Amino acid sequence: MTDSQAKEIQVKPKHEVMSPAEQTTPGLVFTPSVDIFENERELTLLADLPGVTPENLTIDLRENTLTLTGEVEPFERADEEDVLIEYEIGKYYRQFSLSNVIDQSKIDAKLTDGVLRLTLPKVEEAKPRKIEVRT
Amino acid sequence: MFYRRLFDFPTRGPRGPFSELDRLRRQVEQWHGALSEGALPMLAAGVFPLTNVTEDNDNYYVRAELPGIKSDDLDIQVTAKGISISGERKIPVEGNSVKYHRREREAGKFSRSINLADAIDVDKVDAKLKDGILTLTIPKAEISKPKQIKVQ
Repeated sequence: MTDSQAKEIQVKPKHEVMSPAEQTTPGLVFTPSVDIFENERELTLLADLPGVTPENLTIDLRENTLTLTGEVEPFERADEEDVLIEYEIGKYYRQFSLSNVIDQSKIDAKLTDGVLRLTLPKVEEAKPRKIEVRT
Repeated sequence: MFYRRLFDFPTRGPRGPFSELDRLRRQVEQWHGALSEGALPMLAAGVFPLTNVTEDNDNYYVRAELPGIKSDDLDIQVTAKGISISGERKIPVEGNSVKYHRREREAGKFSRSINLADAIDVDKVDAKLKDGILTLTIPKAEISKPKQIKVQ
């Protein structure tokens, strides 16, 4: 986006998940910000997961439900005293429903600098095809 | 809602039994700040990136969540009074034929400065950017470190 380059980023507080009933461990749970877009070949999901390492990220796909869970290890040491606290640290959790046009065996995930890039290729039948009309 | 959280999650973390109360207090302060703007300059700042500052006897630690930002896009300045972080978050264009379903991540410029109460050692500031989290370790100047004085 060329027009957004100049604008100032707006502060957005972390969004807490409101139904922590499924969580079995104490702690805060946040919803990560995502971008989802598609082209003819694939669906791509980008998620901001600052503090999550590849080992601590779980991507679970079953019955067309995609679940992202990112654990964040607390990086403050116990003897540090708070001076100014503007954000809280916690897990990330978000679920998505996928349509069955996704080829579930070819999903690719990459996590760099706290951003997850999940590529979900579409199955062959779902890709648009031009049908030649013969005479 | 928050009452339930207080009792649901007994804290056994290293931060002691009051961290949950601290959080509650901050939340109340936040609501209060939203009602009467300017009453709480600390939270009313509302400038990206949100920053946590902690300290121990020797250092200040400044942490900010900056997912997807490369170290080349960051500019960190240190003065005797504090630090300033500025930069730009770039989100590359994903081709012309894409159709967006969700667009929650934001790109743009940011600039933030933080003043620290104690004098700092400007030459020994260390900055690390890992997994989208920026950590600045800022040593306090010798004069501002606490010293124990023995009674003769």
